Amino acid sequence: MKDFGYAAPKNVGEAIGLLAGLGGQGKIIAGGQSMLVLMKQNIFAPEFLVDIKGISELDYINYDAKKGLRIGAATTHRAIEQSPIIKKHYPVLSEMEENLAVVQTRNWGTIGGNLCHGDPAGDPAVVFIALNAKLRVRGTAGEREINVEDFFKDLLEVDLNPGEILVEIQVPPVSPRTGAAHDKLMAMKGDMGIVGAAASITLNPADGTCAGARIALSNVASTPWRSRAAENVLLGKAITNELIAEAGRVASAELEPPADVEGSSKYRKEMAEVFVKRVAQKALKKAQTQG
Amino acid sequence: MNDKLMDLQFTVNGKPYELKVKPKALLLDVLREELKLTGTKSGCEVSACGACTVNIDGMAARSCSILALQANGREVTTIEGLADGDKLHPIQEAMINHGAIECGFCTPGMVMSARALLAQNPKPTREQIKTAIQGNLCADSGYTKYIEAVEIAAEKMRGGK
Repeated sequence: MKDFGYAAPKNVGEAIGLLAGLGGQGKIIAGGQSMLVLMKQNIFAPEFLVDIKGISELDYINYDAKKGLRIGAATTHRAIEQSPIIKKHYPVLSEMEENLAVVQTRNWGTIGGNLCHGDPAGDPAVVFIALNAKLRVRGTAGEREINVEDFFKDLLEVDLNPGEILVEIQVPPVSPRTGAAHDKLMAMKGDMGIVGAAASITLNPADGTCAGARIALSNVASTPWRSRAAENVLLGKAITNELIAEAGRVASAELEPPADVEGSSKYRKEMAEVFVKRVAQKALKKAQTQG
Repeated sequence: MNDKLMDLQFTVNGKPYELKVKPKALLLDVLREELKLTGTKSGCEVSACGACTVNIDGMAARSCSILALQANGREVTTIEGLADGDKLHPIQEAMINHGAIECGFCTPGMVMSARALLAQNPKPTREQIKTAIQGNLCADSGYTKYIEAVEIAAEKMRGGK
């Protein structure tokens, strides 16, 4: 690993000041569970690390029935997994966390770090896309909000200017008769996953047709992938098994996934179909059993 | 300028330390090279095997994937901190008596994961034990003896036989 400078600011204001002073030479580290692996291989060699892991004002989980869920960017995966609030109102997030990585990594790694790393194999991004979440980012010029699905620009590239910090993830309240699910194909529980998918389905309380559908896939493109085509298959219709199968086919058809040691492009394409079907089925079942 | 040494103040196995370390020093390096606590093993070094697992503020974490400076102000426990003089910790004792150890390389990490589990959950199910040690790879044992040893230790720590 190359040498770098280091500072651990006490609060967000100090961190933004430091980053501004570094003029693009600074890189934020939170848990570092993904970034340090790249740094050890000299794939990535920052000049200066600004460590936000210890900033307590970024470590919180709040819920309000009107505003929804607010998660501080430096909240650990483990805290999200074990949060009674999240288990009650957004169980899909807790379920996703159990498969995200092994316990040691979940204990130290943060939700914001995972998103800002911009790995298309990351699990939180697809679940947050399904849940229609927003990100709150702060810099010297003030704050701005970004829809999660617009945050990812390319492989390991996100919409964060030098000097900006992701401070919060905002998940809106869940509409009645909504179900959400996440699953991924793993060789070993807690590994990166070969293909992952998340779906959220909302049913019309009057006639049970599909009033809302959000479907996203991980590890099938250079960024997390939202499949509007698959969503459109379900929207406005009474969802049947045939329709879910069609959504899986449509999601898979628009993909040209990368190949690596874990799976060929063709295999990923097939698994994308399987996992879209699987999560849509699970989300539908949850929506049907909700009041 | 970037290799300037920086202050690290933390507690290891109950003892306070004040060190000067390079920003790029990993917690694992500092434990093994500076403090000569070589019970924590360096296995894969890319956060895959879990041999370097220690407890930080009671939580299992991989010391190969944490900057030493990130442990500033925190309480680190390594395998060396478990025995009380000559008296082994119940988890260590159970692993020896139950024949969980083969080559022994993954054992310190395995013990530290089990310790973190039992501190939070004194009566874990078999499934919860498996989850707790899922991040500790063992090339020898097939894991069953480790899982059983954690069950035995849990019972003893709860004041059973």
